[in-house]
Amino acid sequence: MKTLPKERRYETLSYLPPLTDQQIIKQIEYMLDQGFIPGVEFEKDPTPELHHWTLWKLPLFSCRSAQEVLAEVRECRSEYSDCYIRVVGFDNIKQCQTVSFIVYKPGTSRY
Amino acid sequence: MVQTKSSAGFEAGVKDYRLTYYTPEYTPKDTDLLACFRMTPQPGVPPEEAGAAVAAESSTGTWTTVWTDNLTDLDRYKGRCYEVEPVPGEDNQYFCFVAYPLDLFEEGSVTNVLTSLVGNVFGFKALRALRLEDIRFPVALIKTFPGPPHGITVERDKLNKYGRPLLGCTIKPKLGLSAKNYGRAVYECLRGGLDFTKDDENINSQPFMRWRDRFLFVQEAIEKAQAETNEIKGHYLNVTAGTCEEMLKRAAFAKEINTPIIMHDFLTGGFTANTTLSKYCRDNGLLLHIHRAMHAVIDRQRNHGIHFRVLAKCLRLSGGDHLHSGTVVGKLEGERGITMGFVDLMREDYVEEDRSRGIFFTQDYASMGGTMPVASGGIHVWHMPALVEIFGDDSCLQFGGGTLGHPWGNAPGATANRVALEACVQARNEGRNLAREGNDVIREACRWSPELAAACELWKEIKFEFEAMDTL
Repeated sequence: MKTLPKERRYETLSYLPPLTDQQIIKQIEYMLDQGFIPGVEFEKDPTPELHHWTLWKLPLFSCRSAQEVLAEVRECRSEYSDCYIRVVGFDNIKQCQTVSFIVYKPGTSRY
Repeated sequence: MVQTKSSAGFEAGVKDYRLTYYTPEYTPKDTDLLACFRMTPQPGVPPEEAGAAVAAESSTGTWTTVWTDNLTDLDRYKGRCYEVEPVPGEDNQYFCFVAYPLDLFEEGSVTNVLTSLVGNVFGFKALRALRLEDIRFPVALIKTFPGPPHGITVERDKLNKYGRPLLGCTIKPKLGLSAKNYGRAVYECLRGGLDFTKDDENINSQPFMRWRDRFLFVQEAIEKAQAETNEIKGHYLNVTAGTCEEMLKRAAFAKEINTPIIMHDFLTGGFTANTTLSKYCRDNGLLLHIHRAMHAVIDRQRNHGIHFRVLAKCLRLSGGDHLHSGTVVGKLEGERGITMGFVDLMREDYVEEDRSRGIFFTQDYASMGGTMPVASGGIHVWHMPALVEIFGDDSCLQFGGGTLGHPWGNAPGATANRVALEACVQARNEGRNLAREGNDVIREACRWSPELAAACELWKEIKFEFEAMDTL
């Protein structure tokens, strides 16, 4: 028997081991296949009710490849290495956000 | 026809219903409300007469002619049986389609629609049994209903949860915990990774736990779990009560303490109370979870009552952000196609007629918000791949025993479910087939999650195999 340690989480996929680049690519590819528009958000000290993280540049409207999104994540990370970073997705037909998952937590070596 | 002619020209007497109410040549209008009934006429009653009787008794008709019939325009107000067809594979059952003019119904009142359609007619002597299978609400009427207080997309935005089903759990035992012990059980579930916990439907305000005490201890639990996990948490605080005033008082207190979601039982509470509460929720930013106690009394018999798809449609109109809809895989098995048919009717904006899924009419909701289906009852981690595959992201999966029954307690039980859920979502997005590889996905996650491994050890790969009651 074990007591569950207290740990801060960051919503979807944050109960999995940190995603590798390859795993992030696959999640982004799924999003692109659904026709969603990817984007990158970052925030230094996010609280649960903070709905709006700061947008990195603009959503990647005509994005074709997951690599492009990952490159933006990397760039965001090098500029804001003390911030949490998540990839988000928008559906312009249903007019809403559909995707959000954490890809970088400060203090961890991987994305 | 029995009649007596009076000197004034009024023909009193009893006329066959079909002379007035069976109109096979009629083409339904876009503004008509359409209904499909499954009829079992008494022996000797022709199906057309039975169908006409259903149309008559659920609209303008009475068993005998009355002189005041002549003061109105029956053609404008009468229901019309426009089609009768035998039910495939049944001896003496017929689908009867009735068109009702829009003016028969009050705007924004589910209560009024049901009082007409499933009123006296269900006790009608010429019928052995009658079941309301489906209703097509015309857009003109749909637009008079507010629908869910928030709808699925707004709920997600409020909760900041995307791209996965939500996770819940009903706190057990159903009855008898003190408010403080109850709050602890809630806290442990939420800190372990569930999004929601839930009051059991029969928890209202009993001597062992009065509602206000429960609300306060639960809210403390929500806030603590939220602060520790950094994720938004909620608990469906049941505001179902003996009077509407009491219900609204509890809802107002829920709002005052800033809780995100409350709960109501729409059938035992009634549609009028539900619509009132739903409007309150929209005005005050509370999400509304709907339980469905009593539904099986109404929808379980194949030949009599009301199909759940009608109750679900009515609830979406009356208002509710969540509604229990069966699990397909758990102990309360319903046939998959039929279940997914009414799940679509709960959450999609436009649903095409599809008899194989029990959908008799194309339904356009005209941009009304969607109600999130809740799968609850007898499910555990090994069901997760099937649930994710069947219900998709816009659903709430509730593991009661499957969380609280974990050998290490609520929090590890919650983590086991959350890990299983996220592993399934990740695998699905990577293109893996959950129906085929689901058990592998769970086993792989067990390697790094001791909580999940313990759950998988306890429940193994149990299968529930009951024959489905609900087929066409």
